[in-house]
Amino acid sequence: MSSDHSTYQPATGFGKWMDSRLPLMRLVHDSFVSYPVPRNLNYAYTFGGILMVMLVVQLLTGIVLAMHYAADTGIAFQSVEKIMRDVNSGWLLRYMHANGASFFFVAVYIHIARGMYYGSYKAPREVLWILGVVILLLMMATAFMGYVLPWGQMSFWGATVITGFFTAFPGIGEPIQQLLLGGFAVDNPTLNRFFSLHYLLPFMITGVVILHVWALHVTGQTNPTGVEVKSKTDTVPFTPYATVKDGLAMSIFLMVFAYFIFFMPNFLGHADNYIPANPLKTPAHIVPEWYFLPFYAILRAITFNIGPIDSKLGGVLAMFGSIAVLFVLPWLDTSKVRSAVYRPWYKLFFWIFVANAIFLGWLGAKPAEGAYTTMAQISTLYYFAFFLVILPVLGLIETPKRLPNSITEAVLAKKGGNGGAAASAAASPETRG
Amino acid sequence: MTQSEGAGEPTRRDFLYIATGMAGVVGAGSFAWPFIDQMRPDASTLAVSSVEVNVESLEPGMSLTVKWRGKPVFIRNRTEAEIEEARAVALADLKDPVARNANIPGTAAATDIDRSAGEGKENWLVMIGVCTHLGCIPLGQAGDFGGWFCPCHGSHYDTAGRIRKGPAPENLPVPVFSFVSDSVIKIG
Repeated sequence: MSSDHSTYQPATGFGKWMDSRLPLMRLVHDSFVSYPVPRNLNYAYTFGGILMVMLVVQLLTGIVLAMHYAADTGIAFQSVEKIMRDVNSGWLLRYMHANGASFFFVAVYIHIARGMYYGSYKAPREVLWILGVVILLLMMATAFMGYVLPWGQMSFWGATVITGFFTAFPGIGEPIQQLLLGGFAVDNPTLNRFFSLHYLLPFMITGVVILHVWALHVTGQTNPTGVEVKSKTDTVPFTPYATVKDGLAMSIFLMVFAYFIFFMPNFLGHADNYIPANPLKTPAHIVPEWYFLPFYAILRAITFNIGPIDSKLGGVLAMFGSIAVLFVLPWLDTSKVRSAVYRPWYKLFFWIFVANAIFLGWLGAKPAEGAYTTMAQISTLYYFAFFLVILPVLGLIETPKRLPNSITEAVLAKKGGNGGAAASAAASPETRG
Repeated sequence: MTQSEGAGEPTRRDFLYIATGMAGVVGAGSFAWPFIDQMRPDASTLAVSSVEVNVESLEPGMSLTVKWRGKPVFIRNRTEAEIEEARAVALADLKDPVARNANIPGTAAATDIDRSAGEGKENWLVMIGVCTHLGCIPLGQAGDFGGWFCPCHGSHYDTAGRIRKGPAPENLPVPVFSFVSDSVIKIG
């Protein structure tokens, strides 16, 4: 449903002159003004725009913070404290950046959940989905390296544990770890390269986001019915409909974000990271940032050897596997029906999956012992079973509800309209209220 | 090149195509190398690869932690009770039956004597204090076996630094070290 012909009309003389040389305004107009979006998009579809805003927030605050930060183990911690105490508005910029990372992940997890609920990953949007998973991976790497920079206890030991994952691979593991660290332990070379990469990766994210949006505009958006756009009455122009809806959602999201920044800026962080890094003393509880907790729980759930794979390598493989499985999700789901709205069983398993993922996050913050380990193992089993067993089988045995013939029909049925009303509403979708 | 008649007779264009391609591969490879090479531990990191430690003041039951290659090394003057306890353990009870002692060539069994500084110095235990699970630093004289306990993911080591319980796969490694004199240990 990419627009076959552009409706852009340059209004000014300069606009016409420019349009015949570099049609940038035409691209913007076609992508964000006249671009047709399904008329039934709900607020779950606003998180893509919110993520764009968060990316810009992180880029801007990050670039400014880098002007005051020093990546040297001797002074990194003090330079962050200097930002907090001496630099004008430094505390605000740093809290925006630190909480911004958390809210970036809040938005991306909702965005992913929406994609799973409405089957947005299914043909022809597989590449769009895969690009999204690539962005998630880049975000994780960026967030991890950013957390190392303040050089507190959690920075240091988080870096130690996470780079330690690579030692699980027999033979090649240790050389890879040394290559990452630039030494035998986390130290100054590690901090320097992490800073450099932390600055680079957001621009790589930006690049993949452009591809992600490009792919989106080739296939068009999904919608809560999962039925493709069939006629002009199924869509409304991006501006003003989607622009305003996205804008409202952004405003509310940013208000919650602001509440955290001003009233509970350290709620999502960890107090131990205000203790300078000490390579000779491990904190009693090493916990990653909240957005990594479900994966951390999966890592620790594998406490047993699986054939020739020992428990350590098994844990690392399970953790990487929990993300890798997302790449093949479009081919694991065998159902032809996209939206969970018309799949009663999938809807149930989906919400169990969401609850299970949150439960895994809760377990990740608990010590890895006793009943917690058993619960984490059961949760991990469901996590993988959802993708590898439930989705492939469900598509074959589930009887979906009757799909509407079109988006317009679904919208009008919801409004309780009859055939006559359908015709008039279809003629002027903008009055649907 | 794309014409089938040229199948048997290579042309100058074929030669240029292959030669340019090969030059590109070799060039890209050699261009990439310094970018990978610079990530390896640099000369200043490698330079601090040995330290000498005076252990004269360590009475039995006392430990010392020194930094070597950015990692903590535990030096412990073990008590008689600790040595006895470690000796009493059957090799079959060990999760990792290998000594992991860099001073002994090959794969010796993880007996107490092969974990310690050897005959006549079995009271001395020198090991890298980095949990073999994910790199945390175990706490001394703690855990179920009276040796070391890693608080991160719950690995228990005994009084000879051998893994007994928990997710860690290997015993704490013994680095290359030697007694320069009766009271000075050189690590590395």
